Amino acid sequence: MTTARLDRRSPRSTVKFAATGTVDRTDASPFRRRQRRRSRLTALAFLAPLALYLAAFYVYPLYRNLDLSLRNYTVRSFVAGDAPFSGLDNFRTVLDDPTFGPAMRHTMIFTFVSIVFQYVAGLALAVFFNRHFRLAGTLRALFLIPWLLPLIVSASTWSWMLNSESGVVNYALHLVGVSPVNWLDSPDWALTSVIIANVWIGIPFNLVILYSGLQNIPGELYEAASLDGASAWQQFRRITFPLLRPVSAITLLLGLVYTLKVFDLIWIMTKGGPSDASSTLATWSYQLGFGTLLPKFGPGAAVGNILILIALVFGLLYIRVQRRQES
Amino acid sequence: MRNTRRTLITAIAAIGALTSVAACGGGSDSSASGSGSGKADGTYNFWDPYPQFDASSAWGKLVSKCGSDAGVKVKRTGMDTTDLGNKALLAAQQGNAPDVMLVDNPVVSTMVEAGILNKTSDLGLDTKPIQKNILGAGEIDGASYGVPIGANTLALYYNKKVLTAAHVDPASIKDWASLTAALKKVKAAGKKGITFSAINTEEGSFQFLPWFWGAGGDLTKLNSDKGVAALSLWKQWVGSGYAPKDVLQNTQTTSWQQFATGDYAFAENGTWQLGNAAKAGFDYGVISIPGQNGGSAPVPTGGEFVTVPVQKDTSRYDVSKKIVTCLTNSANLLTTDNTLTYVAPTAAVQAEQVKSNPELKPWVTAVAAARGRTSGGLGTKYPTISQPMWTAVQAALSGSKSPNDALDAAQTAAGKGN
Repeated sequence: MTTARLDRRSPRSTVKFAATGTVDRTDASPFRRRQRRRSRLTALAFLAPLALYLAAFYVYPLYRNLDLSLRNYTVRSFVAGDAPFSGLDNFRTVLDDPTFGPAMRHTMIFTFVSIVFQYVAGLALAVFFNRHFRLAGTLRALFLIPWLLPLIVSASTWSWMLNSESGVVNYALHLVGVSPVNWLDSPDWALTSVIIANVWIGIPFNLVILYSGLQNIPGELYEAASLDGASAWQQFRRITFPLLRPVSAITLLLGLVYTLKVFDLIWIMTKGGPSDASSTLATWSYQLGFGTLLPKFGPGAAVGNILILIALVFGLLYIRVQRRQES
Repeated sequence: MRNTRRTLITAIAAIGALTSVAACGGGSDSSASGSGSGKADGTYNFWDPYPQFDASSAWGKLVSKCGSDAGVKVKRTGMDTTDLGNKALLAAQQGNAPDVMLVDNPVVSTMVEAGILNKTSDLGLDTKPIQKNILGAGEIDGASYGVPIGANTLALYYNKKVLTAAHVDPASIKDWASLTAALKKVKAAGKKGITFSAINTEEGSFQFLPWFWGAGGDLTKLNSDKGVAALSLWKQWVGSGYAPKDVLQNTQTTSWQQFATGDYAFAENGTWQLGNAAKAGFDYGVISIPGQNGGSAPVPTGGEFVTVPVQKDTSRYDVSKKIVTCLTNSANLLTTDNTLTYVAPTAAVQAEQVKSNPELKPWVTAVAAARGRTSGGLGTKYPTISQPMWTAVQAALSGSKSPNDALDAAQTAAGKGN
C-alpha cells in the first residue's frame, strides 16, 4: 500500500521541486532570500515534532538496547548504573547457549511457515471477495474478526481449544475417530500449534492489503483477457499476480517483520515450552530479561538485537529486489 | 530520489515494527516512573502483589489506615508479582523506589543482590517473635531484609467422595508407593488421579520442590539419583494417565479448577485455596505431601515480605517503619492472614487462627516444616537453579528427554548460570 501511494505522489512533488528551482535562478533579491530563509525555518518547525518523536521513541530505545547488550549487567549494576563495558561478551554467551540453535530454528520455521500460509490464504480470499457477490462485504467483515480481537483473547481461546485433555479440537478429532493430539504438551506439536494460531490471526492483514491492491487493477484488463478467451486461472497468473507484485512484496515484508517478533501469542499459549520446544528468539529474549526471578538484561538485549539485525537484512533484501524490478 | 526515500521508509518501517521487541529486551524503563512519583509531600508509596484487592477491600483499608495512623497518606499500587520485581528494579534505577514494598519471598534475595533493600536490624524492626524458617526465606548472609506478612505452602487436597468410591483410605497414604497405588485404584474406578502445576515458570518449580526435597534431593546437585527419582515419579504419573497431560500448561489456579470439577482424587495446591475449597461443593480433606520413604516431605514456603527499599532521603524511614510495624502487629496479621488464608508467621497469631478455624491446623504444621527456596545460602543462586529445573521437568514430562538426561542438562545449565 505504501508503495502504491508513493508512486502516485512522487511525480507531483518532482514537478513542484523543478518549478521552485527555476524561480530561484531568475530572482535572487534580498527580500526573496529572507522569505526563503523564513520558509525554511517554518519547514524545520514542522519537522521538529516528528524528529523529536523519532528520537525519543525510536532512536533512544534502540540505543538503550544496544547499550544494554554491550555491558555486563547484574541486578546490582543495573540499579547503580555502573555496568562495565564487556564488548560482545553477551552475544558470545547467547550464541554459545544450547537454547540458541533451537530458538533460531523455531523462529525461522515459525516465520516462514506462517507467512506462506497467511499469504496464500489471504490472496485466495482477496481474489474470492473481489468478485463482488451478495454478502461479500459482510463475509469480508467477518474475516477481519481475528484482527479486531485483543491478542490475549484469541491466544487464550486457542490454548483452550487446543487443550489436550478438554479441548474442543481433540473432541472434534475424537468424533471423527482420530486419536487425541497433545497439541500444546508435546514437543512435536507445540510449534505447529502456535503456527496454526498465528496463521489464523495473520490472514486478515494479508486479506485487507491484497484486496486493496486488487482494487487498483483496472477491470478492462480482465475484460480484454476474457474476450481473448483466457481462463480464470490464466487471468490470475497473467494479470492478477504480476500486477499485484509490488503490493505482495510489501505485504510479505511487513508480515515478515510482524511475525519475527511475535511474542505474546507464543507466551500466552506455551510460554515457549514444553522445555523450549516452541521458544523463538522473541520469547527467549523475554525469558532472559524478565522470565526468571533474576533478570539477565544483557543477554536478553543481545537476543533482541540479533532479531533486529535479521529484520534489517530482510528489509535490505526487499529494497534490492525492488530496485532490480524498477530498472 | 524515489529510491532513497523508499529505502528510508522501508528502514523506518522495519525498525519501528521491531522496537517493541527492543523494549522487551530490557530497555523499557518508562512504565515505572509514573507510580513512583509524588515523593516530595507526605505521600508514601506502597507496592504490593495483590492486584485483586482494591481500595475498598479489607487489605486496601488496612494499608491506608496504617498510613493515616503514622500521619501520612499512603498511595497503594497493586500489581502482578512478576511485574512487581521488574518494576522495583527499574524504579530503583530511576531513584524512585516505593517507600514500603510487599514482595514474594524468593524475590527478596534478588532485591538484596541489587542493593535496594534495607536490613530490618538497621531499621530497628523487631523480628524475634517470627518463626525461624519463615523469616529464613528473607535472610541473606545472616541478615534479615523483611518482615513476613504470612506464609503459605503446599499440601495434597483430596476429594472424599472420589476416594471412597475407589476404596482408598487417605490415612493409608504414607509414602510415594502408597500414593501411586491409590492413584492406580482411582483410575481403575474411572476417575482421575492427581493434578498439579508443571508450568515453565517459578510456579512449576515451587510445585516440584516437595517431591524433589521429599526424595532427599539437593538443589546444588539437580541430577543426583534423588532428583531423578522425583522427576521419574511425576513422569510415571503422567505416562500412566494418573495425572493429566496438561499439567505442563497448568498454573496453580488452573490446576485448582481441574480439581474443582470434582473428577480428581488429589490436587497439589496451596493454603490460599482453602477459601475456594469450601465453595467447591464437595467434601475435601488435606494431607501433607508424603516423602519418598514415608514421613512428610519438606515443602517450600510461599508468602510475601514487607520490605523497606533504600531511599535517598533517609528521614522517610521513620514513617516507613511505623507503617511496617502497623501492618505486622498481631491484630492486623490476624485479619490479613485470614483474608488471604495464609498462616501467620508468629506462634501467637497461629494459635488464634487455629482456634477460630481448626481446618488450618495441618497447614500450620506444614508451614512449621517448610523451607525457604532461597535459604541454605542459595540466595540469588536459586533463580539460576530454578529455571533449568522447571525446564527439565517440562522436558521429561513432555517426553523430549528422559528424567536422567533432562536433569543432567539442567545441572550443566545451572552450573553455568552464574
